[in-house]
Amino acid sequence: MTAVEVNHLFKSYAGKTAVKDLTFSVDTGEILGLIGPNGAGKSSTIRIILDFMKPDSGDVNVFGQRMNEAGKNQIGYLPEEKGLYKNLTVIDCILYLASLKGMENAPAEKKADILLRQTGMLESKRMKIKHMSKGMGQIIQFIVTILHNPKLIILDEPFSGLDPVNTEIMKNLLGDLRGEGNAVILSTHEMNQVEELCDRVLMIHHGGEVLYGDLKEIKSRFKKHSVQVAVEGEIGDLPGVIDKKVKKGSIELVLAPDTTPQMILDRLRERKIAINRFEVTTPSLNEIFLDMAGRKS
Amino acid sequence: MNKTYLIFKHEFTHRIRSAAFIIMTLIMPVLALLGIGGFKLVTTLIEPPAEEVKTIGYVDEIGTFDDHTDQGLTKLVPFASREDATQALIKKDVTEYFIIPSDYTSSGIIQRYTIAKELVTPPVTTAVIKSFITVNLLKDEVPQETVTLIVSPLNMEVTRLTETGEIAREQSNIGNIIIPGIFSLLLALALMFGASSLINGLGEEKENRLIEVLFSSVSVRQLLISKVLALGTAGLIQVAVWLISAPLLLGLSSTLFGGFMSAIQIPGNFVVLGIIYFILGYLLFSVIAIGVGAISSNATEGNQLAMLSIFWCFIPLWFSGLFINFPNSPIWVVLTIFPITAPIQTMLRLGVSEISVWQLAASIGVLLLSVIAGLFLSSKIFRVYMLMYGKRPGIREIIRSFKNTA
Repeated sequence: MTAVEVNHLFKSYAGKTAVKDLTFSVDTGEILGLIGPNGAGKSSTIRIILDFMKPDSGDVNVFGQRMNEAGKNQIGYLPEEKGLYKNLTVIDCILYLASLKGMENAPAEKKADILLRQTGMLESKRMKIKHMSKGMGQIIQFIVTILHNPKLIILDEPFSGLDPVNTEIMKNLLGDLRGEGNAVILSTHEMNQVEELCDRVLMIHHGGEVLYGDLKEIKSRFKKHSVQVAVEGEIGDLPGVIDKKVKKGSIELVLAPDTTPQMILDRLRERKIAINRFEVTTPSLNEIFLDMAGRKS
Repeated sequence: MNKTYLIFKHEFTHRIRSAAFIIMTLIMPVLALLGIGGFKLVTTLIEPPAEEVKTIGYVDEIGTFDDHTDQGLTKLVPFASREDATQALIKKDVTEYFIIPSDYTSSGIIQRYTIAKELVTPPVTTAVIKSFITVNLLKDEVPQETVTLIVSPLNMEVTRLTETGEIAREQSNIGNIIIPGIFSLLLALALMFGASSLINGLGEEKENRLIEVLFSSVSVRQLLISKVLALGTAGLIQVAVWLISAPLLLGLSSTLFGGFMSAIQIPGNFVVLGIIYFILGYLLFSVIAIGVGAISSNATEGNQLAMLSIFWCFIPLWFSGLFINFPNSPIWVVLTIFPITAPIQTMLRLGVSEISVWQLAASIGVLLLSVIAGLFLSSKIFRVYMLMYGKRPGIREIIRSFKNTA
């Protein structure tokens, strides 16, 4: 089922284009990575989806409808900064923001307790937000975002300011949400997080689409004709290898057009070389983005 | 539950729990009355004790000034020469002395000598000397009764009549300005604190992007209406507390300080108009605060802009001295109708003079229209600029955005 459908979206501010002909969709049970550098148009796109502002042209449908008041209760939004009331306690802040999503206090507190326990923050329930670290605040913000069981979750730079432990907790929660059939839009400029979490990606640059599609398919499309190997001892000259690039802890073997990775693996085995690592080289999303953005420019 | 109500409840609770609100509502009125009582008390303390008799010397070079030397608490003692009078002053037999020169009737100049360091001659001394000179100049010219009348203070009974010539229920009294004066000051301070707290709240919501979380849950209209209503309701509670406590505080202060305090009255239509102007004033400054809060890039900048937009309401208080002396000047009518100054100016005028029905109608009408227009413009500004961070827009940019969103 399609959760969000965006068609030919355009938006400009004072003559400066922020979003240029964007078309994409997000299905339930998937995480879409909205990626691009700062100022690429990610926030503008999110604001239009959330109905904070109107597009110059194009349309957005959320669960088959234009955004309305009832629709807002189905959405959980985590902004880039910590959007919480500093002078409230954690639980008061959670309950107030949950009430604005249509939740009654009793079930909201019950769910808050579960999520606070899950994130190791139950002891901070009565702590004032202003006394929390950025990372703790980010976790509370995330709890606020998902407390009311939204069907669509929009996260703007959710991992910013998080330590590795909290990052892992949030990633696990995101995985659970996807498993429960929710649709997630993950906006970030941290490509590695997207590689780890997302099913599909939309890369944007200068407001326009650079790349859009299934992550595995994209990575496969940009797969290089080389392998990364780490071995005990020297490899020497191997037939079918046209170049060798020594990297930290491994060597990249660039293959001749008629050579396959399997053939190289077989040849290494034949030479009785102990292999610690062998993998087909795939470029990182960052490399793909730089490549595609360069081409578009 | 209705989201407008939820935001209203949150904003209202947050506001009435703030230290600024509690101080303004409960402590300021008591402090104001204590201040007046204290002022009167200090005035009484610095006046000389009733039983202290003051002796003033004089040298009469004309030779006819010898009557009216006993003026109750002040005795006038003649000296034959200036040297004698100076010696008496040095010995502190007299507190001061004056000379009536032989050419006084042509020059009109009296010479006064004192050891005390003073900027001007104390009014009591001037009155004593003037009375002495007047009595002695007139003693052989007019009957004694006439002289007594001339030197006695003017004793005037003033009765205020209604338009139909009947004795008015509410008589003119300097005490009439006290309650409206205090109320105006409190209203101005309350508007300032209220608007400032609203701008602070918006600044915080904008600075940490909380506004985006709110926008993802409620509409701009719901957010604006609930914020303005919460501020207005908090203001209404404030004015209710003041108006209910005013007669009690007045009674208490009359008992404590007596005299002048017991002359303080609450003008007849003051309560009703006080509530109307308080609510409208609060609403107007709330919508101004929303516009200012939306264009400010952070809470600090918002506060600076808030002060610039709110300080106009203090204008009637700055000119209140002139206003008491010249209550019928057309400038006060203008300030009564001008929406920013209307709440304070009208409250002040209620204590000093009559305000015609047309002026009240025009004032309330303009204020009401300003609230509606302000709400319309502020919500447009809010919609456009609340999600813009960093640079504050200029006037031209704001006007252009009005045209674009029209």
